[in-house]
Amino acid sequence: MQAYLLRRLLALVPTLLLTSVIVFLSIRLIPGNVIDLMLSQNDVSTVQDRASIEAALGLDEPLFLQYFKWIGGVLTGDLGRSLWRGTPVSEQILARLPISIELGLLAMFVALTVAIPTGIYSAIRQDTLGDYVARSFSLVMLAVPSFWLGTLVMVFPSVWWRWSPELEYTPFFQDPATNLSHMLVPAILLGLSLSAVTMRMTRTMMLEVMRQDYVRTARAKGLSESVVVLGHALRNGLIPVVTLIGLQAPLLIGGSVILEQIFMIPGMGTLLLEAVSQRDYPVVTGVFLVVGVSVLLINLMVDLSYGFLDPKVRHQ
Amino acid sequence: MSDTLLRVEDLCVDFPTESRRGRRRSVRVLDHVSLEIERGETLALVGESGSGKSMTALSILQLIPEPGRATAGEVLLEGRDLLALRESEIRAVRGNRVAMIFQEPMSSLNPVLTIGRQVAEPIRLHRKASKAEARERAAELLEAVSIPDAARRLDDYPHQFSGGMRQRVMIAMALACEPDLIIADEPTTALDVTVQAQILALLKDLTSRLQSALLLITHDLGVVARYADRVSVMYAGRIVESASAGKLYGNPSHPYTRGLLQSVPRLDDSAQTRLVPIDGQPPDLANLPTGCAFSPRCPQVHDKCRLERPELDSVVAATDDGPHTRACWGPEQP
Repeated sequence: MQAYLLRRLLALVPTLLLTSVIVFLSIRLIPGNVIDLMLSQNDVSTVQDRASIEAALGLDEPLFLQYFKWIGGVLTGDLGRSLWRGTPVSEQILARLPISIELGLLAMFVALTVAIPTGIYSAIRQDTLGDYVARSFSLVMLAVPSFWLGTLVMVFPSVWWRWSPELEYTPFFQDPATNLSHMLVPAILLGLSLSAVTMRMTRTMMLEVMRQDYVRTARAKGLSESVVVLGHALRNGLIPVVTLIGLQAPLLIGGSVILEQIFMIPGMGTLLLEAVSQRDYPVVTGVFLVVGVSVLLINLMVDLSYGFLDPKVRHQ
Repeated sequence: MSDTLLRVEDLCVDFPTESRRGRRRSVRVLDHVSLEIERGETLALVGESGSGKSMTALSILQLIPEPGRATAGEVLLEGRDLLALRESEIRAVRGNRVAMIFQEPMSSLNPVLTIGRQVAEPIRLHRKASKAEARERAAELLEAVSIPDAARRLDDYPHQFSGGMRQRVMIAMALACEPDLIIADEPTTALDVTVQAQILALLKDLTSRLQSALLLITHDLGVVARYADRVSVMYAGRIVESASAGKLYGNPSHPYTRGLLQSVPRLDDSAQTRLVPIDGQPPDLANLPTGCAFSPRCPQVHDKCRLERPELDSVVAATDDGPHTRACWGPEQP
């Protein structure tokens, strides 16, 4: 098991290196240069100004050299400094990361508490009204982008009832209730859009599992239907659902970038958007690196959870 | 004189099919099936695939797959009609008074639950035993079905067992609450020939020790000859002949039974004896011929067979080992 874990962790290294190259280059390919942006804020600028700023930020060196300097720093835990503020990138990320993790966990919690019970219900009541309602709901959530729902939630309640979601961020440890009331609306929106696919997958898998011979065996033992479904069928049905949850991790992160912006949550998404619009290269690459590592780690955890769910995997 | 445990009377099971031009149609998969099992007795139910053997077994415990329904008849367990029971009442019978063993040991055990948990489950449920008691009993049961090192294997999962071993586990599970009746639906079909005999011998031994009756569903006439007290032969959802095992072998009366026996090789046949297959295909239940369902394949068919359906009441001979009945218009001897 430990050897397996070590092998899997080592296998992450090449993936991450490749990611870092792509991220490092692609942000520099975006039209509009950070120096131009900086100079545009002053009325007068000269060629000398330009060259001196470039040199001060280390942007005058060849790209590959910049990359090796940066990746060398990354290996020692130094993600560089923001071009605009001069503060360490890792400091900024550490301040924002817990906020995004909170939003992500809340959204995942919402997604699973909606998707799994609805999926089970839909499966055992196949082709009834309840099943149709649940399936239609998931189709709608699949089709409607969460940023549009987010905008609706911002606009209509304030027009109709003069109510709008909380928009001022309060750290969790300062006032958990206010913090949660702020995070809840975006978490629900994000969670609902994630729940759509998970719900459909749960339904399909439960339908499949409920036809298996061992479910008939369980019924023939005299077990009640709820024990048959929850005790015998569900764990078999959940194995592929867990894979899906892992695959949805990038979706979760992508969705939170937009929702953080709409609901003014100072998380990684907001940081990323600010950094991209300012062409703050080290911050952008730093954020992407952290996101990349998170996605890879989530998928590793999903793989490890098979061992918990499926005894066949555990014994291999 | 008789000590009847289970009496199935005129059981009919229908499956609704696609309505044609607004008219609901249904297929009758069991047509007035009647059978009787005495305490401690082994009754074999024989027939081709699709003849309704398994459906009969599932009907007894109200386990007919959707959208099938038992539309007529009774299933009386010591006089109580199981078909009339509510869901909670039939659950108290399942796995407790009547237990089932299924055909596919590879897929009939839950792959994510330990063997110990699955065997202990009916004991905890029906006997209200504590976790520790049930576990102890599960170990005893696995021992009884000759699983080596039983106590240590309680925490193993089904994929760590071979097919034969899994069927032993299924038997242990069925015996858990010492049921009055065990229904074994082709328990050895999926197993190696060498293992088949072991499993059947084990099943027979344990049921006789517990004084349980056994309803043995099979298409293997060799199994019937060796293990059954009485035999009922099914064809197209109906029982066509019923007799003691000895009578049925020595003096088969229905042409279908005779056909079945002739299509099985016997060790005492000479090398020149050819096997005689039954001509034609098993009938489509949605499209049965008028008259006897076997008439299109029957070598002794005559006009009456094609017009009128024979009932199972023509007693061939009343012997001391129970009645010998058949549903046929033909002569008793070919």
